[in-house]
Amino acid sequence: MDKRIANADEAVKDIHNGMTVMLGGFGLCGIPENCITALVKSGVKGLTCISNNAGVDDFGIGLMLQQRQVKKMISSYVGENAEFERQLMSGELEVELIPQGTLATRCWMGGAGIPAFYTPAGVGTEVAEGKEQRNFHGKEYLMEQWLRADFSIVKAWKGDTHGNLIYKETARNFNPMMAMAGKITIAEVEELLPAGALDPNQIHTPGIFVHRIFQGKNYEKRIEQITVRKKGQ
Amino acid sequence: MLDKNQIAQRIARELQDGYYVNLGIGIPTLVANYIPEGVDVVLQSENGLLGMGPFPFEGEQNPDLINAGKQTITVVPGSAFFDSAISFAMIRSEKVDLTVLGAMEVSDNGDIANWKIPGKLVKGMGGAMDLVASAKNIIVAMQHTNKEGESKLLKKCTLPITGLGCVKKVVTELGVFDITEDGFKLMERAPGVSVEEIQQKTEGRLTIVENVQEMTLAN
Repeated sequence: MDKRIANADEAVKDIHNGMTVMLGGFGLCGIPENCITALVKSGVKGLTCISNNAGVDDFGIGLMLQQRQVKKMISSYVGENAEFERQLMSGELEVELIPQGTLATRCWMGGAGIPAFYTPAGVGTEVAEGKEQRNFHGKEYLMEQWLRADFSIVKAWKGDTHGNLIYKETARNFNPMMAMAGKITIAEVEELLPAGALDPNQIHTPGIFVHRIFQGKNYEKRIEQITVRKKGQ
Repeated sequence: MLDKNQIAQRIARELQDGYYVNLGIGIPTLVANYIPEGVDVVLQSENGLLGMGPFPFEGEQNPDLINAGKQTITVVPGSAFFDSAISFAMIRSEKVDLTVLGAMEVSDNGDIANWKIPGKLVKGMGGAMDLVASAKNIIVAMQHTNKEGESKLLKKCTLPITGLGCVKKVVTELGVFDITEDGFKLMERAPGVSVEEIQQKTEGRLTIVENVQEMTLAN
């Protein structure tokens, strides 16, 4: 069950205009840097991107926005990006904002084969408009539907040739549930190992959800907000 | 009148031993600096961490380890990492005991607005709607008035709502207010702040108990 492919360019080569793509990451943490670069290079257009955030001006999904490759963003928070703001205000870009937990669960449900669920997030707000509302055990809930994608692109710390993945620290975030929700899931990893090299007890994403895997290179891992304290504090 | 750190310091007194706590961005983040001695709490960050520690020492920042405000952080012993779906599972199922967050407006029945200003750029709600819809105890840390001097403690929120009837307590630079059936109930005045000033700056229904005490903040 060898799912290795050569590189990011090969991984994204059949992502076509108008497709829906999920991209893992929270802010710039745990984003598939290599595949984003490859998508920019490919010039594919009209994408609907499902990702918690939209990167910053010159990194992450921001690079795809600069090239006007994104038609619609489905996210929970899209600050920190002036080009995003410009395209949104001018009507070039559509955006659908979803509460973060609802976004995570919609992806998970897409990957779990459960078409809808009920959550209290957004009751009484704009998010509730047009959605079925039901009372369970005395509390109001909104019906939310699964999210699925033509391609899901995730970033993991370690992976094996079968596609089993282990994430690192808070770079896990949306990656595991997005890995489940793609018709085709691409995983880029910092370290790609032979089958058997990873402890099966420690696998976060079982390889069955992953279709293509490659070892990425030159990870920049840019930090959005460096906050530190001086020694002695 | 309280400064931002003193608002955080006052809120920290609401922490109880054994609490799991989610702190929002801004003043709420500062609460972590004032956790009372002997009170054992675990900080949850909704991007996937239980056991958030202080900022790293200079040069030791790790790009894979951030909080929900995208700041570099550390972990304390006994911490756990998890994905975003599990993170909001613990929030929705009320495992998180206390949520502290900022607000643009709060109404006297506990509605909160903090995610959108119509006509201005909409950045999104992030995890705020999930948190306020499920948290059993929500404390809001905010300024009492806006830049124009208008009250942000209102009869009814004017901005788009984040959640209905969910706020339990508000701490501003002027005082501590519980949300009750009688609206904002003034529990403590900030040092040097008069009841009259609070009345003048509060648009929502305000209840004042007799001889409301002035807050004391230990150094």
